[in-house]
Amino acid sequence: MNPKAVPKGVAALRAREDPGPQAPEEAPLSKVGALASWVDERAGAAKPMSYLLKKVFPDHWSFMLGEIAMFSLVILLITGTFLTFWFVPSAGQVIYNGSYVPLKGISMSEAFKSTLDISFDVRGGLILRQIHHWAALLFTVSITVHMFRVFFTGAFRKPREINWVIGTVLSLLAINEGFTGYSLPDDLLSGTGLRAAEGFIQSVPVIGSYLAYFVFDGPFPGEAIIPRLFTVHVLLLPALIIGLFTAHIVLVAVHKHTQYPGPGKTNDNVVGYPFMPVYLAKSGGFFFIVFGITTLMAALVAINPIWLYGPYGPTMGTAGSQPDWYMGFADGALRLFPGFFEFNIFGYTLSLNVFIPSLIVMPLLYSIAGAYPFIESWVTGDKREHHLLDRPRNAPTRTGLGAMAISFYLILFIAAGDDLIAIKLGLSINQIVRTLQVMLIVVPPLAYWVTKRICLSLQRRDHDLVLHGHESGRIVRTAEGSFFEVHEPLPEYDRWTLVQHETLTPLQLTATVDTHGKRRTGSRGQRLRAKVSSFYFADGVPAVTPAELVAAHHDGSAGEAIETGQGGEGQGSGAPEWVGQLHGGADERPDTDAYAGHEGGVDPAPTPEN
Amino acid sequence: MSEHGTESAGEGVSQPGTTARLDQGDIEGSGGILERFTNPGLPPHVPRSADLDEKAAHRAERQVAALFGISMVATVIFLVAYFAIDQKTYESIPGIGQASLSNVVLGVSLGVSLLCIGLGAVHWARTLMPDTEVAEDRHPQRSSDQARRDAVETATSGRAASQIGRRPMIKFTLGGALGLFALPLVLQLAGSLGPLPEAGLSTTFWRKGMRLVRDPEMTPIKASDVTLGSVFHVIPEGIDTSAHVLEEKAKAAVILIGIDAALIQVPKERAWGYGSMVAYSKICTHVGCPVGLYEHRTHHLLCPCHQSTFDVTQNCAVIFGPAHRPLPQLPITVDAQGYLVAESGFHEPVGPSFWERG
Repeated sequence: MNPKAVPKGVAALRAREDPGPQAPEEAPLSKVGALASWVDERAGAAKPMSYLLKKVFPDHWSFMLGEIAMFSLVILLITGTFLTFWFVPSAGQVIYNGSYVPLKGISMSEAFKSTLDISFDVRGGLILRQIHHWAALLFTVSITVHMFRVFFTGAFRKPREINWVIGTVLSLLAINEGFTGYSLPDDLLSGTGLRAAEGFIQSVPVIGSYLAYFVFDGPFPGEAIIPRLFTVHVLLLPALIIGLFTAHIVLVAVHKHTQYPGPGKTNDNVVGYPFMPVYLAKSGGFFFIVFGITTLMAALVAINPIWLYGPYGPTMGTAGSQPDWYMGFADGALRLFPGFFEFNIFGYTLSLNVFIPSLIVMPLLYSIAGAYPFIESWVTGDKREHHLLDRPRNAPTRTGLGAMAISFYLILFIAAGDDLIAIKLGLSINQIVRTLQVMLIVVPPLAYWVTKRICLSLQRRDHDLVLHGHESGRIVRTAEGSFFEVHEPLPEYDRWTLVQHETLTPLQLTATVDTHGKRRTGSRGQRLRAKVSSFYFADGVPAVTPAELVAAHHDGSAGEAIETGQGGEGQGSGAPEWVGQLHGGADERPDTDAYAGHEGGVDPAPTPEN
Repeated sequence: MSEHGTESAGEGVSQPGTTARLDQGDIEGSGGILERFTNPGLPPHVPRSADLDEKAAHRAERQVAALFGISMVATVIFLVAYFAIDQKTYESIPGIGQASLSNVVLGVSLGVSLLCIGLGAVHWARTLMPDTEVAEDRHPQRSSDQARRDAVETATSGRAASQIGRRPMIKFTLGGALGLFALPLVLQLAGSLGPLPEAGLSTTFWRKGMRLVRDPEMTPIKASDVTLGSVFHVIPEGIDTSAHVLEEKAKAAVILIGIDAALIQVPKERAWGYGSMVAYSKICTHVGCPVGLYEHRTHHLLCPCHQSTFDVTQNCAVIFGPAHRPLPQLPITVDAQGYLVAESGFHEPVGPSFWERG
């Protein structure tokens, strides 16, 4: 062995005799610096720290939706932890003797009593409870709207498909976390919800009654469900949500944030502001804004006043009972699904009228949502990474499908309030239900069609704007006496946003001739793919190309672009300022116009004599 | 921007209004016009007033400090109000109505305290912190080919080093052990969560001869008390002494309705009733809510949860809504003292459907 060779790896460890390098002498540090140095020497934190502090985040209001969800989660964890100090998760019956006079002497569960105590006897307890409930509503709203944003801008495309799936699971967990939460106080409203939930479980084919007995530890209501829900609500689901949320945010950091298209923004960069100091202040500040607004709502607007509902009793019910908003669509599905889906086969009851809307609809909708990125990437055959967001109009079919899904969801949601609508508007509940049943089938395809047409129209408008610019409102009379309006060309930076997108065309089947001389047009799968691809992309409006713009400037004569000099630069002191800005107006002149004769090699922008 | 074929700089097309020139282009035959527009790059930076004017910067500084100051004041108000305001004080607050004063003052002061920190920080960032955009490069998620080869190599050599491939006995027993170890946990959970239902869902507390008593007063009902159009919420006598009161009530709740016998269209309903009285299970056959809403004129029972509607003149058949089965009827009669009693228990399971209910 060469004695000069430096031993490597384990060999080096075994060979080592010297005590190793000593900590380097350093210049004296400030107190903060000394602490940072202490941490860095133990955790090697300097490099990742500086990477994170320098990390660039793009600015857009719609990126705050996810932040609202994240901050609401933090608020929920803080207030929820506080609430557990006073809440008693027990169905044991006690007689109430607290401050709320109307319920004195009434038998109720300890869960309900402790919730009353939090509301009336624990100082500041009500404000915490109301912040917790408002934050839960805000959490689910912001997740939902954040999901819409990600969907409509195509932010779920490669490489973010995994994060989209994580997000849909988070959304599903969040609404179930909400359900377990509002079921805990054991008031009349939430107890009715649990009563219905027991009915859902019973409807599962074959094993329903067993499942119901397992979940409730015997017949409904039993004493087990409140403590069990409590564990699910404060331990199981939060752990899953926090774990998945962490994965969600780590993936956001790994992928770097998407950005909207615009000047200077490309698929290979992210343009924005560094975390330190700008986003630390903006995001950190936004947390306080979200917390502050939630607190103000909790101070000024009552939510879930359980003392008005009273304790749960299985023989009591109340009109106008609705779940929290995020469970509305499931409740609405239950109201709209017709009863004739209950069958009796060979002496067994198959209650699909309950089973499908209560236990199938929700996971089915979420599975479709989770699968969407994979469906779309199969249709487009696009395996590239996408970091620039789509403007929704530039993906008309996707936007239409999204509107279709939202309209379906909204109709179910409205159906959950059918009784309130009937009462408030003095309408017949039967007619409302029938109307909503029809709408559930008719409206979504209509929403798809209308949305897609709107998108295509907006694309055409962009197209027009790029070609002809803005109407300036200035009317010019030419030497010949005709009138037209001066159009201001679009500034280059504004134009870029309208022309940057890629125009996708449907995949084409390539016909081949097989060994027997028979024409083959691809396998069944390929044919289907071509069909779906044409459904997606057949009628898009292509982005304006430079050639089209030049042609438009020259009144439809592309050949004229190939000429030198003599543009309408407005050179020459005598030329009025509008010279070179007449493209839109020039287009609109009728052929019979005296000006038509000037065509042929001459720039049609009129050059006044003076 | 590989996706959109951007060239680094230069103009794809000249300013609108000018013509493109052959000698500027790089694509032959199209008059020097590029196929696509090129990204013009970031627009010129526009400085804010605080960047240019020290006075404006001072103004912004004062505004931020004022917001932080308001936050501190609000926090102090919270601390004072926590002790000063009694939990039980209710005041009429404009725009809200009667509300707990403590809740409103604590909430508003806490909310303002938090909100002002947030507004101050954001205002600071927007007015004084640098607002020139920074660009960070992206790199493909895919690792380099070398890194991928290394990963595969590490995994395969590790697998080889473990010798699992050539020692099938270990491979299969490990598979078996890992496949089975979770079973005890699953069995423990599934086996101990709850009892088997047996007849639990099919039987109720009602027995022959049990008196119908008012819920929740527990007083028996004389047949002569039930006038036409009256409704009684009923539970069986003695249910309050059962071991599981709530569980029994959840199945045994009954609604007793006084209805003109001539209106009843189903002979069985008339036979199981007593005079002008019929008793039906109050537990909805849809998902089990108490069917508590009776409409006197139409003789309809409405479930408040999902609006299933049952017609009392037609043996409580479903005439609207998502339920499928009629409400089960409780046969009733009177005892020697003239009190209403059950002639028997229910003849079918009450409440929501389940597989083996038949």
